[in-house]
Amino acid sequence: MNRRVVITGLGVCAPNGVGLDTFTDSLRNGNSGIRFQPRLKELNFGCQIAGEPLVKDNLVDKYFTPLQLRGLNASGIVYGVIAGTDAWKDAGLKPLDKDQPDWQSGIIFGTGILGVDKFRESIHLVDDNKVRRLGSTAVLQTMASGISAYLAGIIGSGNQVTTNSSACTTGTEAIIMAYDRIASGKAERMLAGSCSDSGPYVWGGFDAMRILPRQYNDTPSEGSRPLSASAAGFVPGSGAGALVLESLESAKARGARIYAEVLGGSVNSGGQRSGGSMTAPNSEAVQRCIVQAVEQAGIQKNEVDVINGHLTATVKDPIEIKNWSLALEREGLDFPYVNAFKSLFGHCLAAAGSIECVGALLQFHNQCVFGNSNCEDLHPEISNRVDPTKIPVKTMAYSPKIIAKASFGFGDVNACVIFRAFND
Amino acid sequence: MNEERYHQLRDIIQIYLPEDVSVTDISKESHFTNELNINSAHLVDIVLDVEDAFDIMLENEDMEQMQTVGDALDIIETKLAKK
Repeated sequence: MNRRVVITGLGVCAPNGVGLDTFTDSLRNGNSGIRFQPRLKELNFGCQIAGEPLVKDNLVDKYFTPLQLRGLNASGIVYGVIAGTDAWKDAGLKPLDKDQPDWQSGIIFGTGILGVDKFRESIHLVDDNKVRRLGSTAVLQTMASGISAYLAGIIGSGNQVTTNSSACTTGTEAIIMAYDRIASGKAERMLAGSCSDSGPYVWGGFDAMRILPRQYNDTPSEGSRPLSASAAGFVPGSGAGALVLESLESAKARGARIYAEVLGGSVNSGGQRSGGSMTAPNSEAVQRCIVQAVEQAGIQKNEVDVINGHLTATVKDPIEIKNWSLALEREGLDFPYVNAFKSLFGHCLAAAGSIECVGALLQFHNQCVFGNSNCEDLHPEISNRVDPTKIPVKTMAYSPKIIAKASFGFGDVNACVIFRAFND
Repeated sequence: MNEERYHQLRDIIQIYLPEDVSVTDISKESHFTNELNINSAHLVDIVLDVEDAFDIMLENEDMEQMQTVGDALDIIETKLAKK
């Protein structure tokens, strides 16, 4: 059994746009969501810029009950609930009434670490001998699956409800897992996505690894420079992206709007061998992941016309482009168009894959390839392999047919998913 | 029975009521979980709110005895009297 799976809903809570309309405008016009963070300066961070969604209090009130808001101190849950609820609504689906769950709707919503600020609050209370003052939601806000649990309660899911975690691969992996579940007939609809908390306790470890840029504190929007010769490290970010995946039968029966079809995908690991390590990918594994995704999707390598890269703005970007080029056996003018969305909102870690998939999919609907910022000075190893016209610096009109999206994560893990413009 | 304290307590309880229970359903005889349908996990939060509002501390045995709104008021009176 291998059923066709389509995407019928999108939701996003990104540093450069909360909600699809603002996010689309930002991607189209190159509006950055990377801002100076006074708190990081106070705390002596080397990198004092980050991409953090701007979520107003009165917006939060629309997604949470007054009771849920009491003691809520988990930014990832706020972002995930906004993106997830929006995606469900965007698909034309409604939260169920109280009587019955929807046995055919499930959730795979990943995260790297959740409720970090709540956990810090709890640690202080425990250390002060006040464990009894933790309240009833300290666990719910800090368990990794807290985000899928909050969403399940809102929409009334009765199918699988879980949280996956594979570092910066998480969001793309969640989509592939949801695809598999529907394709194999175990669910009709899956809310897939991922979220990542904001703040110094999440980003500090990366600052300590000295892999974040330190020279753009006065010019935040220039700090994230994927594909560029002057790339100086990734700018940390946060947020959430969400997608409703649905069997083609279910989508048609409801008369739902279809953004695109998911043709397939692949996840693998480099085993931290042959050049792979805890923090660096094994290139052979990356290439195999891309090739397997293409094969699983049942397309030819030359059919991919847009690549949405992982492209974080570290020294690894030229290697990623080389891996795409070797995997797809394409270069020069024959290379697909390339997006590197992190130039506009930074690296949203566990949320990166899902936010970027939402952006990638919006290109079908808006018939364009979104432009790339901060790469006027392409890295020579990239411009030697790929014709610069394939890396548009401004959004261009185009009707993508097949978009390949990949994400890679610490631990040497990879995911690649293939989307196709919907054609019945 | 101190009416002011009762109203204060009622305001605390209000936020924990499920959608199908209204604040007018609260009386001194109301049982928190059986009648007001308050999720038992939230009793923990009601206790913390009571502690903050009246500047008292409830022990484990107080929490076990606190079945109804009236029980809670009695415990508050006793604690305040001891202050």
